[in-house]
Amino acid sequence: MLDDLKDAPALKRVEESLRRRFGAALLAASFEKGELQFEAARETLSGVLEFLKTGLGFESLTDMIGLDLVASRPEGAGRFAVLYQLYKFPEALRVRLRVAVDDGEALPSVTPLFRAADWMEREVFDMFGIRFEGHPGLTRIYLPDEFEGFPLRKDFPLEGRERGL
Amino acid sequence: MNSPEDKHPFILTRLDQAITWAQKNSLWPLGSGLACCAIEMIATAAARFDIARFGMELFRASPRQADLFIVAGTLTRKMAPIVRRLWEQMPDPKWVVAMGNCAVGGGPFPTYSVVQGVDRVIPVDVYIAGCPPSPQGLLHGLMILQKKISLSHPTKDIGLRHAR
Repeated sequence: MLDDLKDAPALKRVEESLRRRFGAALLAASFEKGELQFEAARETLSGVLEFLKTGLGFESLTDMIGLDLVASRPEGAGRFAVLYQLYKFPEALRVRLRVAVDDGEALPSVTPLFRAADWMEREVFDMFGIRFEGHPGLTRIYLPDEFEGFPLRKDFPLEGRERGL
Repeated sequence: MNSPEDKHPFILTRLDQAITWAQKNSLWPLGSGLACCAIEMIATAAARFDIARFGMELFRASPRQADLFIVAGTLTRKMAPIVRRLWEQMPDPKWVVAMGNCAVGGGPFPTYSVVQGVDRVIPVDVYIAGCPPSPQGLLHGLMILQKKISLSHPTKDIGLRHAR
């Protein structure tokens, strides 16, 4: 971990200011391949992302990733995780925020903060069925509207329930 | 009646055979492609393989002007109702060629998002295997279709195809 830190003193400063601001709400933080990854509680998601954008200059949401951890999650952990991949120009810094969310729970939409989140949140909803509260139009983006089920959930059969129509 | 101008050469044939002969040699394909097979279809239309030799060079932009639907590529579930509608918009008589393994039976995608063969959505006349089929393969399939048309009846077979 120390070796990774030598490459990214700027990221260490990012972690410190996050800790100062959010304290215990910042659940875990680590450095991986020169990138900062940390975990935040669902309730603080909007505040953390807003601070990263307006306070620390991470203005680009490059990707959002959904994960179904149904088989590998530790006891009591949420079934799903959503990762927010942020980028800061021009220092080329990357930060990855991970949020746990359980079946039936919803996350606050960050579309008002990052316009790029619009289609990303629709994709995560389309594939995993995770709802984003406050999204301007949370509909399926890849699959037809009448499709039933969420295909990237681990309990969804690969060939589909109707076996290709 | 004995003047030289009246001695024109002539052919005797049945009208239905003359119609199918004309149909098979002037197929107008719908200009549509779903995936990489369409690249081979375009190559077939270009100068080297020259689909014009078979009277099929007139790729139409509108289904209402086409009578041959070459389904070239992977048919996804989201695209399926559109392909069905395009086929319904084509006037009779019309023919369908399923080009490539995806169109024949889903190909390498036995998944929730891919229709496992276009014949689940529209009736298919000729199936061409390959991933993708070469232009020669497509032309072979089209020649088989021509043979099928020449053996068919110009009006009686239409209802049979729709009933399937």
